[in-house]
Amino acid sequence: MTLTEQLPILVVVLPMFVAPLLAVLASRGQLPWLVATITSALTFVIAVALTSQVMASGQIDYALGNWPVPFGIGLTIGPLSAMILMIVSGASTVALVAGRESMNAEVDPSHQALLYASWLLALTGLLGIAATGDAFNVFVFMEISSLASYVMVANGPKRQALTASFKYLVTGTLGATFYLVGVGYLYMMTGTLNIADMSVRLGEVSDTLPVMIAGGFIMLGLALKAALFPMHAWMPNAYQFAPTPVAIFFAACSTKVALFVMLRFQYELLLPNLGPHAVFLSSWLIPLCVGGFLVGSAVAMFERDLKRMLGYSSVAQLAYIVLGISLVSSAGITASMIHFFNHALIKAALFVAVAGMIVRFGSSNLDQLGGIGKRMPLTVLGFVLAGVSLIGVPLTAGFISKWYLIQAVLAEGVLGIVLTVLILLSSLMAVVYIWKVVEVAYFKEPADGHGGQAAITRQEAPLPLLVVLWVLVAANFWFGIDPSLPISLATQAAASLVGGIQ
Amino acid sequence: MSDQTLILLALSLPLIFSGVIAITGANRNLRDSLMVGSAVVLFIVVASILPSVVAGGRPSVELFDIMPGLALGFAIEPLGMIFALVASGLWVLTSIYGIGYMRGAQEKHQTRFFACFSIAIFAALGVAFAENMFTLFIFYEVLSLSTYPLVAHKGSEQAKRGARIYLGLLLGTSIGLLLPAMLITWWLTGTLAFQPGGILQDNVSRSVGAILLILYMFGIGKAALMPFHRWLPSAMVAPTPVSALLHAVAVVKAGVFTVLKVSVYLFGLEYLQSLWSADLVMWVAAFTLLAASIVALQKTNLKARLAYSTVSQLSYIVLGAMLANELAVTGGGLHIVMHAFGKITLFFCAGAIYVAAHKTEISQMDGLGRKMPITMFAFLLGALSVIGAPPLGGFWSKWNLLLGAVDAQQQIMIVVFLLSTLLNIAYLLPPVVRAFLLSPPKEDRDDHHDGHHEDHHDTRGFGHRFGLSEAPLFCLIPLSLTAIGTLLLFFFVGPIRGFIQSIFTGVM
Repeated sequence: MTLTEQLPILVVVLPMFVAPLLAVLASRGQLPWLVATITSALTFVIAVALTSQVMASGQIDYALGNWPVPFGIGLTIGPLSAMILMIVSGASTVALVAGRESMNAEVDPSHQALLYASWLLALTGLLGIAATGDAFNVFVFMEISSLASYVMVANGPKRQALTASFKYLVTGTLGATFYLVGVGYLYMMTGTLNIADMSVRLGEVSDTLPVMIAGGFIMLGLALKAALFPMHAWMPNAYQFAPTPVAIFFAACSTKVALFVMLRFQYELLLPNLGPHAVFLSSWLIPLCVGGFLVGSAVAMFERDLKRMLGYSSVAQLAYIVLGISLVSSAGITASMIHFFNHALIKAALFVAVAGMIVRFGSSNLDQLGGIGKRMPLTVLGFVLAGVSLIGVPLTAGFISKWYLIQAVLAEGVLGIVLTVLILLSSLMAVVYIWKVVEVAYFKEPADGHGGQAAITRQEAPLPLLVVLWVLVAANFWFGIDPSLPISLATQAAASLVGGIQ
Repeated sequence: MSDQTLILLALSLPLIFSGVIAITGANRNLRDSLMVGSAVVLFIVVASILPSVVAGGRPSVELFDIMPGLALGFAIEPLGMIFALVASGLWVLTSIYGIGYMRGAQEKHQTRFFACFSIAIFAALGVAFAENMFTLFIFYEVLSLSTYPLVAHKGSEQAKRGARIYLGLLLGTSIGLLLPAMLITWWLTGTLAFQPGGILQDNVSRSVGAILLILYMFGIGKAALMPFHRWLPSAMVAPTPVSALLHAVAVVKAGVFTVLKVSVYLFGLEYLQSLWSADLVMWVAAFTLLAASIVALQKTNLKARLAYSTVSQLSYIVLGAMLANELAVTGGGLHIVMHAFGKITLFFCAGAIYVAAHKTEISQMDGLGRKMPITMFAFLLGALSVIGAPPLGGFWSKWNLLLGAVDAQQQIMIVVFLLSTLLNIAYLLPPVVRAFLLSPPKEDRDDHHDGHHEDHHDTRGFGHRFGLSEAPLFCLIPLSLTAIGTLLLFFFVGPIRGFIQSIFTGVM
């Protein structure tokens, strides 16, 4: 067996084994950071390798310990999972590289080794969810990542971090429990936990009550995990009070993983086996999505704290993704998956820029960031360009997302036109909240203590952060001009998922 | 050089020079001379594409596909060529004028100002050369975003508020109306390319087409149809060179240019004539035309009056497009040129008056003609051209539009055009009459001899020896040239008209 054949398990196991090492060594210097970063970067490299394998030769199936699949645990990596693996490991690496100084400023050195250990566990969990082909395994990995996440959020510099973490814990546990109950029902009806196998066997018991109940529990559980409106309250809170690097990591990927599981369950298990489920799914989810992006964008317009503002913006952006899923069409899934990818790029860039502001000015509150454009021009310019992508101006990644989403929506007839109008309304609100930052940064005089010409000195964010920020901004434009990678992955995945329904 | 190279060169030059301006910002003489130099080079490059377009060629470059079937590409046809020539030609004069104005008025952040200005020209050329609606839209948005810092330039509360309205309306209409129009067009026809005769007539029913027309015409917020015209008066808080080039030429003309492009190359004139909403848009344009003129009458601030006058003049072109016949569209195309020269002259004059005499209100202009005769005479020529009086260029565009209305048998529109001309006279001539015929207020004359000289050494302009106080030569020369331009355009309109008509005939 060559190493390349072992990549699917390696990407999960690598951070899992390094994490306890970090916790045991518990050294104080920069060593834990370095180890975590290198591990994370390695997983990213593996994820890229896996993606190129998938693009070249289709889905990879891997039987753990060589046990054949219905008996042992199987890993399946298709185009969608490959993309998620890339997003997660990439976001983690980006957050670690950019976040070292923020971490030093916000977290006590004695806790850092343990925090990085938790970080790698969270990474393990998120990667595991994406890689596994087993429904129960998803739950296990979900718990690994969630428990680690609670610890990470609780390490935030302010005391509110504890309540934020507690809210997160309560919601997360509820979500995971619901999910487990649902999986329990499915196991009861089919006697298997492997998703592919389950999909075949569900055919015999389709449209039975337990399966429907299972569907309900699983959807609700995942919606809680994914912060789908109106179950989003924990998310902006957690982003605001978590240590900034943690916020970067989670904003770019964590809730997307829950959406990924939702997408798989819907399209591989529920839709093929529940007759009227498609109508049910659309009629419940579409209103929630509309509420999500309208409320998310509207609240973001009035937030003064940048991290919180971006948290609410994420509520809106995730609603776009779910909207694509709920259309039950190949175009819809394609749009969702493209936005998976693009939103990760956009949000990571925005949060990295905010991290830079916090490192230098100790605050992410707009009232204290007046005139910041003169003091850290490159950082703020990066923020604005990523914001332009969030709005969806042509030549940015955000535009590609909008274009595909609206094309998918327009195929729905009259409903589509109404949805288009609402989506565009939400985009306009994005203009307002991004421009609020522009005005404060460029056209407002610095607040107290920094007044006068003399005080305006360049205080650019730390170099690694700046490099990461601009790499992300460049990626936003690169994938706005040449979006072939996300598009080809998305269309491949959409074809295989929708193929399952028909 | 091949035409392809020239097109790419024309687009990349202003972008490169924007960077150069940003880098050389510390040395302002170097920066400013580079800027004028780059503007001249740019104009030469654009002008050297002209011969092959006149010969009937449609030079084009396709860069790459962004999404399958959606290319970023450029192709030059007569309308775009004319718009590009006007924008780049007047950019030369504006860059010279801008130096005089910005130094004279002692504005801050001049480097940011000129750098953004260059990007705006880049975007205007992109709009002019766009091969399809998608490319046009990209540059249209770049134009909105790059001019935002110019409008908010002063950083005062008023400037920020103005800029917010400016960006809000322009982005709002483009994302809220124009983008969906494009999406629907794409979804129904599978293309967004500009094609002679249009792309809609075979694929889109008349009822859907009518709604699309409404989305397009109101979505092109830069054409300032009411009720989406507020951004233009708001933009007047910007320094005058911005108002002159961008809000009399590049930005607003990009708007009406897009209207013409969409009418001629997406809808096609025949299809357009058959839509009920063409009449609706025409009536809205007629209303805008008159209402904006009436508002202009009531404005006492010179720049505000000129802004509303622009709103009104833009509607001439929209109206021309909606009349949907060759004469009216030719008139609309001509009006892009004629109004550009007339209005930029007026704005140059308004800026010169501000720099030399610090006056912004029309009521303060009594007797100004004695101190600034050259400026005020140029103002008179610009005003007459905008009014449409012979022997000035503005006459021809209005003449063609009138003929177009006659041809379309829209009697009411003929009346609207004539009425509007009267209104134009009523709001554009009073400043000139005050300046030349009334005597200057007394205290002003005293002021002039006491403090003025010491305070504004570097603003002291041309002609002090003769008891005049004109603006600096950097301001005076460009405004004289554009004023002369309005006169010349009357006599040399033939080739331009022929060039525009070649859209329909294919030959000149």
